[in-house]
Amino acid sequence: MNDSIHKEPSMLRQKELIGGHYRKLARAKEAGLKSAYTFVPGNLTELLLAFDVLPVLPEINALQSAMRGKSAEYIAKAEKLGQSEDVCTYVKCDYGMMKSGNVGPTGERLPDPDLLLLSYTGCFTFLKWFELLREEYKAPTVMLHVPYQGDGAATREMRDYVVKQLRRVVIPALEKVTGKRYDEDRLRHILALSAQAEEDFVAVFRAARNRPSPIDAYFGGVYYIGPIFTAFRGTQAAVDYYRMLRAEVDARVAAGAGPLTPDGPMPREKYRLVVEGPPNWTSFHEFWRMFHEEGAVVVASTYTKVGGVYEDGFRHDPARPLESLAEYCLGCYTNHNLPARADRIARYVQDYEADGFLIHSVKSCDSFSAGQLVILRDVEQKTGRAGAFIESDLVDPRYFAASNVKNRLESYLQMIDQQRRGATACAR
Amino acid sequence: MSQPAAAALAQLVERAEALAYDVEYSAVRAWKERHPGALAIGFVPVWAPRELIAACGALPVGVVGGGDKVEIIKGDACYQSYVCHLPRSVVELGLNGRLDCLDGMLFPSICDVIRNLSGVWKLLFPNKLSHYLDLPQDFDPEIGGDFFRAELAQLVELLVARGARRPTPASWRQAITEHNENRHLVEELHALRREQPWRVPTSEAYVVARAGCVLPATEHSALLRDYLALVRAVPRAPLDNARVVVAGAFCEQPPLDLLKTLERAGCYIVGDDFLLAPRFVRADVPLEGDPLAAIANTWLAHAQPHASVWTRAGTKGDDLVALARKAGAEGVLFAAPSFCDPALLDQPMQEAACGRAGLPHMHFKYSENSGQFQGIREQAGTFADAIKLWSGA
Ligand code: SF4
Ligand code: SF4
Repeated sequence: MNDSIHKEPSMLRQKELIGGHYRKLARAKEAGLKSAYTFVPGNLTELLLAFDVLPVLPEINALQSAMRGKSAEYIAKAEKLGQSEDVCTYVKCDYGMMKSGNVGPTGERLPDPDLLLLSYTGCFTFLKWFELLREEYKAPTVMLHVPYQGDGAATREMRDYVVKQLRRVVIPALEKVTGKRYDEDRLRHILALSAQAEEDFVAVFRAARNRPSPIDAYFGGVYYIGPIFTAFRGTQAAVDYYRMLRAEVDARVAAGAGPLTPDGPMPREKYRLVVEGPPNWTSFHEFWRMFHEEGAVVVASTYTKVGGVYEDGFRHDPARPLESLAEYCLGCYTNHNLPARADRIARYVQDYEADGFLIHSVKSCDSFSAGQLVILRDVEQKTGRAGAFIESDLVDPRYFAASNVKNRLESYLQMIDQQRRGATACAR
Repeated sequence: MSQPAAAALAQLVERAEALAYDVEYSAVRAWKERHPGALAIGFVPVWAPRELIAACGALPVGVVGGGDKVEIIKGDACYQSYVCHLPRSVVELGLNGRLDCLDGMLFPSICDVIRNLSGVWKLLFPNKLSHYLDLPQDFDPEIGGDFFRAELAQLVELLVARGARRPTPASWRQAITEHNENRHLVEELHALRREQPWRVPTSEAYVVARAGCVLPATEHSALLRDYLALVRAVPRAPLDNARVVVAGAFCEQPPLDLLKTLERAGCYIVGDDFLLAPRFVRADVPLEGDPLAAIANTWLAHAQPHASVWTRAGTKGDDLVALARKAGAEGVLFAAPSFCDPALLDQPMQEAACGRAGLPHMHFKYSENSGQFQGIREQAGTFADAIKLWSGA
């Protein structure tokens, strides 16, 4: 965000939290702290915290590299080392970063992993990614297979399978790496903190139902998900952060104010949109600007559910520690089947009184992208609204064609205008 | 003797090719006419429990894409340009009615494209069974095994709910026996090709194997037996070709002309990963005990190392090197479909393993509907020549 712009305390706090985590990671070895590399969807942060293990999330490293303008160099390095131009650029960006000294977003070196914890949730490529990292780091690796909700529901058998793996595979691996015993009471305490933060987290995103929406639930949303999707779920710091954020959002609702953008408060809400798919990170602010300059605010997004879907009522439950971790893993957005994803988008359009929906389809990500054109038509049918389809990539700047993206967005917003005029004319 | 055998062989291969590439699925339609009320269940690569489907009185049908036999119109409207070709041709086959003879489709967990195709299928064909088959990534019989058994039990219920018959001890025994036998014959085909590749050109073996996608196991086994007998009877002279293994083509299938191109470029393909369904699990399913547990545990213990399966032990690529050694291969051709994450992400690790083992290798990409192979021919020809040169040196 532009430094001359007024920042709310939660923004500063969020930056401090994330920065602090990276600084801690940089000193992990000398402080005798262990680290585990793992993924955002289906992350087991509470369990790691119960063993005092620091999580490192390679996808976050990749997106941070892109926001710092480093991803092109890292991807080029990975391709030079034999990675195909066709495959997921998150993997290549992370791999290139590792091969360039593994320097994190704060400019300090990240620790090599003591454990590779493959939370295999919602993305096949995770499996390949960790096979690759294992070859490089030779670190102990543990796989947690989280079944996909292929038929639209998480079954008891699926949950039991995940719990068994947690109990018999993941926890023993953590015990071995850390030399500590599994302490379920400690885990319960951490999970209780998770649940508290999750309440406020849900309230923040739900606030977008107001007119004007006090938040941008996609571009702004990615900042809000930062702490809870990364290293802080289950900490008092996360509880405090989300309480603070919720209070600020409530104040904006009371003041009838719209979201804050990197260029200042958004003056007027003209279009309310739902967005499916991850953002582009290499031109993140430019991409956001295309929206807010037109008065388009994103009132709901699916990307902010990749690290957990809480809006349907799920909360981590200290009374059922491992079961609720398993249910959390099973419930992440990319672990939902396509009809469920389409239903959710259609529901957002209705519940958030959106004028339309946009699919940002990224070349990298089969998990999100394969089938999105079918989702588009299904949501169009369900909502009676035409959707927009924009293509680029996550972290490969070669695939972000700003003028194309802008043209598409503007045409779509013009179409919404025309529909409005048509509706007004009919109503006369 | 050899004249009529050669003619019979040519006839058999022609028949197999017609079956293998029949996008009308006439053999499946004919089977359904002969078995009124019975289901036909499609499955996409790489593996499905064919014996389970057969034990329910249904016909397992391998759906491996439309290759260059279907013009893609509707499929392209469902998939962006940066997704591989297979799902668009499968969707095209579905949307233009060619898969109407199938009562359901199974989508094994090999990648996110196939995973999401299971949902696409639900949206496009709401009245058909569409089921994602989550293969375990935990290999402990009490963990992954229990889960997988439950998955298979659920599949039986789904099929029965669609009108399949509930398997009986006799139908289990028959189906498992027939599929074990089919597996042996497919393996015999590959073994003969390894030993005498001049007798078993891959372009022939491939269509004979692929015909099995649309035939019941017993009919396919008969075809395999006939083919094996005929190629043993027909004299074919060995050529001074380079022996290679092709890796990475396990899902979207390489066009037949591509295989012929590689052969013409001087390669004997002595190992490959095409059409893995009958050989994905490298052991018999036992006839004793609970058949669901038997399928699950055989899979856990004997599924071949694969891009879609977590490499729990050893180093990625060890198995490929072992396969190449077993086949006496002098080099590896990495042939991956464009935009195939599983194959392309495995490739650098496998290439490194080949490098460590001193196995020459090269790579190229293809699409199931590619029609131009000039570049690949030149590349493969140079590769084969270089191998021969090195081996002579
Ligand atoms: S395929 Fe998608 S979900 Fe998977 S690692 Fe790449 S960007 Fe992430
Ligand atoms: S070709 Fe590769 S990416 Fe495409 S469906 Fe098959 S395994 Fe998946």
